[in-house]
Amino acid sequence: MTDIIHIIQTKYYYLVVIFLMMIGLYTTISSRNLIKKIIGINIFQISVFLFYIAMAKVKHGTAPILWDKAVVYDNPIPHVLILTAIVVSVSTTAVALALIINIHKEYGTIEEDRIMEKQKLDLDRSNAA
Amino acid sequence: MKFIQELPVLIIVIPLIFAVIVPLVGRLNRLLPWIIASTITFFCFLISISLLMTVLDTGKISYRLGGWEPPWGIEYAIDYLNAFVLVVVSFIAFIVSLYSRRSVELEIIEDKKSAFYSIYMLFITGLMGIVITGDIFNIYVFLEISSLAGYALIAMGRKREALVASYNYLILGTIAATFILIGIGYIYMATGTLNIADLQERLPALFHSKMVLVALAFFTVGLSLKLALFPLHTWLPGAYMHAPSVVSCIMAATATKVGVYAMLRIIFGVFKIEFDIHFIPIANILVVVSSMAIIAGSALAIAQTNLKRMLAYSSIGQIGYIVLGAVLANQTAMTGSIIHILNHALMKGALFMVAGCIVYKTGIEDISGLRGMGKKMPFTMAVFTIAGLSMMGVPLTVGFVSKWYIAIGALNAGMWYLIPVIITGSLLAAVYIWRIIANIYFPEELPEHELQYTDGGTEIPSHKSQYSEAPWSMLGPAIALAVLCIYFGISATAPLSIAEKAAVMLLQ
Repeated sequence: MTDIIHIIQTKYYYLVVIFLMMIGLYTTISSRNLIKKIIGINIFQISVFLFYIAMAKVKHGTAPILWDKAVVYDNPIPHVLILTAIVVSVSTTAVALALIINIHKEYGTIEEDRIMEKQKLDLDRSNAA
Repeated sequence: MKFIQELPVLIIVIPLIFAVIVPLVGRLNRLLPWIIASTITFFCFLISISLLMTVLDTGKISYRLGGWEPPWGIEYAIDYLNAFVLVVVSFIAFIVSLYSRRSVELEIIEDKKSAFYSIYMLFITGLMGIVITGDIFNIYVFLEISSLAGYALIAMGRKREALVASYNYLILGTIAATFILIGIGYIYMATGTLNIADLQERLPALFHSKMVLVALAFFTVGLSLKLALFPLHTWLPGAYMHAPSVVSCIMAATATKVGVYAMLRIIFGVFKIEFDIHFIPIANILVVVSSMAIIAGSALAIAQTNLKRMLAYSSIGQIGYIVLGAVLANQTAMTGSIIHILNHALMKGALFMVAGCIVYKTGIEDISGLRGMGKKMPFTMAVFTIAGLSMMGVPLTVGFVSKWYIAIGALNAGMWYLIPVIITGSLLAAVYIWRIIANIYFPEELPEHELQYTDGGTEIPSHKSQYSEAPWSMLGPAIALAVLCIYFGISATAPLSIAEKAAVMLLQ
């Protein structure tokens, strides 16, 4: 028990990461709405970004800039990696939203169940033709 | 001399730059995007050949991006394995872009054509980037470049299902990429480096750490999703089926192969083989999973009525072979696995090209519509037959060589019970391929006017099986791949020797 309390006290940021990660993954998997799925994916990705940022923190470290009083710096590499990953995440979201707009144009809905119903109708129609 | 040294970066930068230029010049001339795409991919093919030659002569090439030394800067590290995969990817990219002209004319709307070629080159850039880079975070970045381009390419399909297929792939692909990102985070935390060669040195000391175990778990799941290993394959059939023919051709022939390459590189290159076997039985787990993939993929392929969907399921089975050969972790099986990357690219490329030719000429996508097609499109069907026989693993075709090596490797590993799996996979392939070949050449008696044609682009003026072959610009590349299927089936020494060296390198 004391172990767990100790972990919560000292490593709470990783718990936040895990919490967000699970929210994101659960939303992505369980939600039937295409936009909500993307929101879930975004939360999931952001949790990973926070994981990187948390690991980059050095105790008593300052921002990684040239500064006279700085003794210890935070590790800047994860920050830079995450900048790249944020760009990737934004472009993924953009592509996904573009797809959703087109899906909405074609199907008139962004609910997965309705889309699947319509796909089934399409299939029946092409089989009947 | 200077130019030669810069080749590793040029193979990435040139298609990347032209991907931006293509949509600009696409307005000037309708053919220009296609010409540029073909020239550039051909140029990449030449570069990759020259890189392979250099690697064979002098060993590993290390290119420092921006002149920064490896552990700090990004390194492009080329050895036997990625030089080989690079040649495969760039060759398929070239031959598919030759093939693409007429097919794209039919299947992609006019004002999106230059955008198509632009995204096509981005896709190729991403794939070649994954292969060439020696930096693990760079693998993630290029993976996302190729995946994002892939989503857009799939969404260009003619039917509205393509959008949904692309969306499903996007969700799963993003989850996979994020898993890989978490894995990278863990090994960065453990070692403080992202360079693959550096990781190889530092990781063995940390093999007892749970962090490294978790990293491997995330990598395995993420990469399995990307390469569509059996239980995680659900995005693949829909994506291949609804994508434009050219896109399913290039994706089936290269994208999953590059996923396999990334898996080989990370599971055997970054983590050593002792780790995969002694610390966590990941290799054994993957043996079971890939055996399931072989059986299930091939069995599901039999149940399909749509030609492209059937080929997609067959891809899932063939990916099972590649992964199975790799995780047996001995030299023979690994050689078989690496050479199957080439072989499967050749035969799946040819088969999807045939599917594209059929769609171009008749609009037929269903297997039942192929009845009597042997008279109508003899060359196309000959290509289908050769590639199909190769898929079954008939001797004198490429499929035989790799399956033979994987089977021998399974025996060497003392896993004789995998032989029935390998043979069953081949037999199931024989069932789904033969079903079509029989239908093509020996149609059951049925009055011609009763034939059913599914919807498709072109109207068929007469339903009689007259000679009406696909245009040569599409047929030529398909025939070239079929000829290579036979050529490398008879004389496999050149690729085998490279694959053997790559296998030795991975397993040391």
